[in-house]
Parts: sequence; C-alpha cells; structure tokens
Amino acid sequence: MKQTFCVIFKKESSIIAVDSISCGPHCLMNVDLQTDATLQVDISDALSERDKVKFTVHTKSTLPNFKQNEFSVVRQHEEFIWLHDSFVENEEYAGYIIPPAPPRPDFDASREKLQKLGEGEGSMTKEEFTKMKQELEAEYLAIFKKTVAMHEVFLCRVAAHPVLRKDLNFHVFLEYNQDLSVRGKNKKERLEDFFKNVVKSADGVLVAGVKDVDDFFEHEKTFLLEYHNRVKEASAKSDRKIRSHKNAADDINRIASTLYTLGTQDSTDLCKFFLKVSELFEKTRKIEARVAADEDLKLADLLKYYLRESQAAKDLLYRRGRALVDYENANKALDKARAKNKDVLQAETTQQVCCQKFEKISESAKQELIDFKTRRVAAFRKNLVELAELELKHAKGNLQLLQSCLGVLKGDT
Amino acid sequence: MHECKCKRSLAGFSSVLFVVLSLVKVFLSQSPEAACLSAEDISPSSNGPRDDDPDDLFAGVDGGSVSGQSRPQSGRVRPLAGPDEEENRDTFDIQISVSDPEKVGDGMNAYMVYKVTTKTSLSIFSRDEVCVKRRFSDFLGLYSKLASKYMHMGYIVPPAPEKSIVGMTKVKVGKEDLSSVEFVEKRRSALERYLLRTVKHPALLKDPDVLQFLESSELPRAVSTQALSGAGILRMVNKAADAVNKMTIKMNESDAWFEEKQQQFENLDVQLRKLHASVESLVCHRKELSVNTASFAKSAAMLGNSEDHTALSRALSQLAEVEEKIDQLHQDQSYADFYLISELLGDYVRLITAVKGVFDQRMKAWAKWQDAQVMLQRKREAEAKLQYANKPDKLQQATDEIREWEGKVQQGERDFEQISKNIRREVGRFEKDRVKDFRVVIIKYLESLVHTQQQLIKYWEAFLPEAKAIA
Repeated sequence: MKQTFCVIFKKESSIIAVDSISCGPHCLMNVDLQTDATLQVDISDALSERDKVKFTVHTKSTLPNFKQNEFSVVRQHEEFIWLHDSFVENEEYAGYIIPPAPPRPDFDASREKLQKLGEGEGSMTKEEFTKMKQELEAEYLAIFKKTVAMHEVFLCRVAAHPVLRKDLNFHVFLEYNQDLSVRGKNKKERLEDFFKNVVKSADGVLVAGVKDVDDFFEHEKTFLLEYHNRVKEASAKSDRKIRSHKNAADDINRIASTLYTLGTQDSTDLCKFFLKVSELFEKTRKIEARVAADEDLKLADLLKYYLRESQAAKDLLYRRGRALVDYENANKALDKARAKNKDVLQAETTQQVCCQKFEKISESAKQELIDFKTRRVAAFRKNLVELAELELKHAKGNLQLLQSCLGVLKGDT
Repeated sequence: MHECKCKRSLAGFSSVLFVVLSLVKVFLSQSPEAACLSAEDISPSSNGPRDDDPDDLFAGVDGGSVSGQSRPQSGRVRPLAGPDEEENRDTFDIQISVSDPEKVGDGMNAYMVYKVTTKTSLSIFSRDEVCVKRRFSDFLGLYSKLASKYMHMGYIVPPAPEKSIVGMTKVKVGKEDLSSVEFVEKRRSALERYLLRTVKHPALLKDPDVLQFLESSELPRAVSTQALSGAGILRMVNKAADAVNKMTIKMNESDAWFEEKQQQFENLDVQLRKLHASVESLVCHRKELSVNTASFAKSAAMLGNSEDHTALSRALSQLAEVEEKIDQLHQDQSYADFYLISELLGDYVRLITAVKGVFDQRMKAWAKWQDAQVMLQRKREAEAKLQYANKPDKLQQATDEIREWEGKVQQGERDFEQISKNIRREVGRFEKDRVKDFRVVIIKYLESLVHTQQQLIKYWEAFLPEAKAIA
C-alpha cells in the first residue's frame, strides 16, 4: 500500500518547504499483523501544520456495520488518545493487552532548529545555508514519517484484535467524518490522572506482592517486570548511541565543506586532491547519516515500542492481580457472612461476580500474553535481520566509495 | 583627512610604546640570565631537577611542520645536500625516533625524560647510532636557538610542540590514568615529528646545535625557556614590539609574488584552523560514540539475559557482542582521526605561523633598509648645510658619516635581497613538503577508514545468520 505525504512547514504566512513523498509498504514499525480482508486500516495521508498533524485514516472493510466499503476520515492525535483511553476504561476489555497509545508528535526540537537556521541565515554562505536547510528538512521528514507509522501501528493492532476491532468507539473513530470534538485533557483532568496513576502504582505494588497460584502467571509477572526495565535501559542507551553517530556525521559534513574550500583555494597539486576527498566525504557522510537513521528505525524504535507494549502487558497483569485480590476478598467476606449468617445472599452474588470477572480475565490474559511473546519474537527477528542487512549494505557502499577514491588518489601520485 | 589623523595617532601611540618597550629591554638585558637581546639561553649545568613547563603565557613557539609520522616508527628523511643544490640529491638518510618516556623525580618537580635515537649514515655525525636522553625543555631550547639564528635570514624553522600545564600536572601528580598516558604519547609523537622536520631542513641539519642535541650525552639545561625567566619576559616584550611594528610598517611591495604568497598563506591559515576544529570535534564525537556503543552493548546483553525465548535471547547476546566489537572499532578509528589528521593539521597551523613570521622578517629587513636610506638623506642634507656654514672639521665628520650610511644602505639592500631570495626558496621547499605530507597522511587515513568498514562488514555478516535463526 502506498502512502503519499504532503509536508508543509508554515512559518507565519510564508512557506519554508513543501515536500511530497511516497512511502513504500506501510508499517515501518514491523509488527506482524494478519492481513484480513474484512477490515483493513491504514493512514493514507498526513499533513503537518503549525502545531498539529492531521492524519487521513483510510478504511477498507467488508463488515456490515459500515455504511460503505471504503472511506476516509481526518483525525488528530488527541482523537487517537481518546480512543485508547476509552479501551482502557472499558471493563469489558480488562482481560486484553490494550495496544499502547502512539506518542505525541514532537516536532519542537526540529522546529527550533529550523527557526535558528532562519535567524542565522545572514551569517553563512548560500551553499552552507541550503545544505543545512536540506538536512533539517530531511530530519523533520524522518520524524514525521515515524509519527505517522506509530499512529498507524496502533490502528492496525486494534483492527487485528478479534475483540477490539468490534468496538463501537473504534467504528465511530473510523467512520464519523466530522470532528469528534475530543479535547485534550485540561489541567484539572491531568492532575486527576496524575493522582490516579500514583494510587494505581501503589496498588500495583500491593497486588504484585500477592503470590499467584498459577505458575504461568507468576512466571510472567517476574519476567515482565525485569524485561520492562531492561528494555527501558536499552532504549535509552540506543538513543544516546544514535545521537553520537549523528554528531559524528555532522562533523564529517563540515570537514567536507572546508576541504572543498581548501581545494578551490590551493595553488599546488593538492587542490585536486582536496576536491576529490571532499567529494568522498560528502558521500560517506550521507551514508553515515543513513546508518544512524536506520539504526534508529530498526533498533531504537523497536525498543521504544516494546517498552510501551510491555507496559501494557504489565497493566493487564495488574488488572488480573487486582481481580484476584478482589475475588479472594469476596471469598473471605462470604465466609464471614456465612459464619455470622448475615447478608449471605449479597455476599454470594458479590463473590460470584468477582469469580466470573477473575476467570474471564485469566482466560483471555493467558492467550494475550502468549500472543505478545509470539509478536515480540517475530518483531525482533524481522528488525534484527533488517538491521544487519542494512548495516551490511551501507558498510559495503562506504567501502566501495573509499576504495575507488583511494584508487584514484594513489594513481595520481 | 581622517585617515591621516588615524595614522598620526597610531604612529604616536606606537612610538610611545616603542620607547617603553626599549626601556624594558634595556632593563632586562642587565639581568644576569639574559646576556644579549637575542636571548641565548645556555646556563651552566643545573642545580637539581627544576620545574618543567611552568606557567607559559605565550605558549606557542611557532615553527615549521614535520612530515606526518604518527606511529612510533622512526622517520626516514632525505635532506638536500645544500641550500642551493636542489638538483644534487644524495641518497643518504637519517632515522630519528623518540621513545621510552620515563618519569624522573616526583611531585611537582617531576619531569619526563625521552630517549632520542638517531641512526644515520651521514658523515657529519660522529657515530652510526646515537642514543641520548632529553627532556621537554631541551627541545624548546633547541628551537629557541635555531629560531634566533635562522629566522631573520628567512629560513622557516619548524616550531617545537606546545607546552601544556594541565597535561604535565596530571603526569607529575602521578595519575596513571588513561588521559595522562595519552598525553605522554601525544607529546612523544609530537617531539618525534618536530625533530624529523628539523633535520629535514638542509641548513638546520648541519647546525652544530642540532648535532649537539642529537649526539652529546650531556646537554646544558635550557633555563630560559621558562616563561617567567628574564629571557622569557624578554621574549614577551619582543613579541609585543614586533606586533606594534607590524602595524606601523607600510611596505611598498614591488614583487607581486610576495603579495600573492602572503595572501595564499593567510587563506590557508584560516581554512586549516577551521578544518582542525572540525576534526577535533569529530575525534571527540567518535570517542563519545565508542563509549555509548559500549554501554548499549551492555544493556543489550542484559536484555538478552532476561528474554525468555531462547533463540531470541541468544541473538540479543550476539548483538551485544557485535556492538562491543564495534565500539572498539570506533575507538581505534578515533585514534586514527587524531594521530593522523588532527595532529598534522595542528602542526601545519603552527608552521604557517612560522611562515608568516618569515614574511614579517622580510618586512623588517625592508624597513631597516628604508630607515638607512632616510638616515643617509639626512646626513647628506646636514653635510650640505655645513658646507655653507664653513666648519671644516665638522664637515669631515659629516662626510665620514655619509660614507658610513652609504655602506649601511648597501648592506640593507643586500640583506633585503638575500632574505627575499631565501624566502622564495624556503617557500618552494615548504610547499613541496606540504603536498607530500598531506598526500601521505590523507591516503593513510582513508586506508584506516577502509579497514574499519571491512571489519564492520565482517562483524555484521557473522551476526546475520544468528538473527535469521530466531524461530
């Protein structure tokens, strides 16, 4: 499926750059999803404006609930978050791993750099300015593509999930072609959320302390806790590594420019030499930048995604743990009621409700966690293979450039 | 109108400054350590170990560049037979190596001693192979002597490496950590390059001070290389005076070659400094990359440990190993970046300052010649006046003075022509060396890059089947 993007940078009323790119197969974030003809969702287009991104969500479906077989709507980030939160708050879905919400599109850093470049326009030569502008635009574009991919992955996961795909809110999200009037949370609501989270994590610790009878879940609990922390660490370290790589590539860029100037100024035989080496470094720098970008895509993004997914899995375990504690409490209450012979019926109903809830969650949770593992292994495999292949491709390209340049330079002497 | 005012005030300022500086010079020349204005700096054998590298406010001893030999192999040099015999290239050679840095003494009085080994078939040396021990200030002393002897003739004297308080203090204090080891290695390499460049110069090779430096086992301590010695202060004063003079001398350049060359060196200076800064930044970032890759490798290994799918766990451990090897690769590459390119550029930045200094010397010679002409004119006018006043004995004196100044004018012109000729030759030699140096170093550097890429390919090719094996 092809995607076309139109990226428009608007600074006041003047347009800095307009770019139209078409992307290859979707899901840069390789999550292994069954391609099911009954419901296919993707983001076919996206527009970046001043401080928001507008995604065009395109759906193809043979399901009867939709009025048409193919349609598109425009959605913004807040609407994705609304959808995600509606899943989390829905008791019915307590037994499933809720696909993690996509991160907010963050162009601040890139925008700042573009602005600084605009301000410093007078202090550099025209070529330097154009070069830097091109690079910043490329960076902006890369961030843009990533955020589109993250939002798309979220929708694909929902569409692939046997239960979540039937959710009414999801259908409204896909079909309702007007603004959902979902506003971002205001300060009060965010404060409430913050406290809710604090309570939840305290409770989580309490719940996690309860030893589970079921070996499978006990193992999953310990595993996920450790795994989540390790992924967090690895994700942070890989980000730092990639940043250093980008810095080194920038230095090579500057070196290439200075060598070019030296080449044009030099009066000796060195001028040709410098020009050739400058040309070489220009090309190798581009490759180095690609290496950093590919590492970012295949490794860093993978780790970030599984950081979020492992958190969602932990949340599932928490909900189950919570249900277990509730169930055990209900049992105790029932025993007490029977002993006192007071409110026995009420206690019985509560106990039954808790029991059902717990068993329902346990059943689906088990399958969800097994699926999580399968998905995870497949994702890592795909990405690691692709990473290795790309590294090889770039290293070979680099090598070839270096060797051919060396050949020319040595031949000259 | 305005321009005239500026020049007048500038001239006024500079003359005041000149007077002040001359007074200072006179004062200092009476101090026991500085025997004469040209600051020769030999003092009788030391009274115990002295501080190496004290505060140097004017760190840069300017000078020439050496062919970029970065690894601890000694360099082979083929100097020309004589200054005017560029066609006669005898195939005699000389190898110099600086090695085995040793710390002598301890605490703040400690210093490093380096072994200087010279292997040669040249007849001017007394033996085929000589080994001597020298410390850093000895090298500075050598440069100082050579500069005072040759720079005013227009010879480009290679500069000695720069002093460094921070680096040396760490070594003195005895920290055996990586940075002080690196510092000593950096210095050792720089000293080697300095000596190689010095002996490459045909005139310098034959200089008795150079020979003494390379051969004699005992070398008198060069104390006046310290900044706060009398000679050090004299140096500062001289530098200031030179800077002032440069502002006031307005030379009528009759030779376009010199003007062109000066402009070229000016441009080259700017670009090399820029390049040097970028390369230093690259060295720094590559080191950072190496550190970050190592830390990522560790975290990947931990992740692999906690992963409960066996094949994936194994693959992650393999990834960690690959990353660890790559981090070592980055580190090696950053050393190459540094020792090959960065140090070469640093050397050349200092060398170009020496070249510019030589052009300045020519300007001074021209100014001296012009001043002599002005003096001669004045004496002639004075003589003409005396002829009317009819004072026979004073007239005689005036005639004598005229003859004296005519001689000085002729000498001034000869000196000026000589220095111009020397500079043309020196610049030609310098440019040839520069071309060779850069070519050699850049090719070596590219080869190091090739090696890095080949290793990368090897590592990733080994990893790929592991990744594919995840089932």
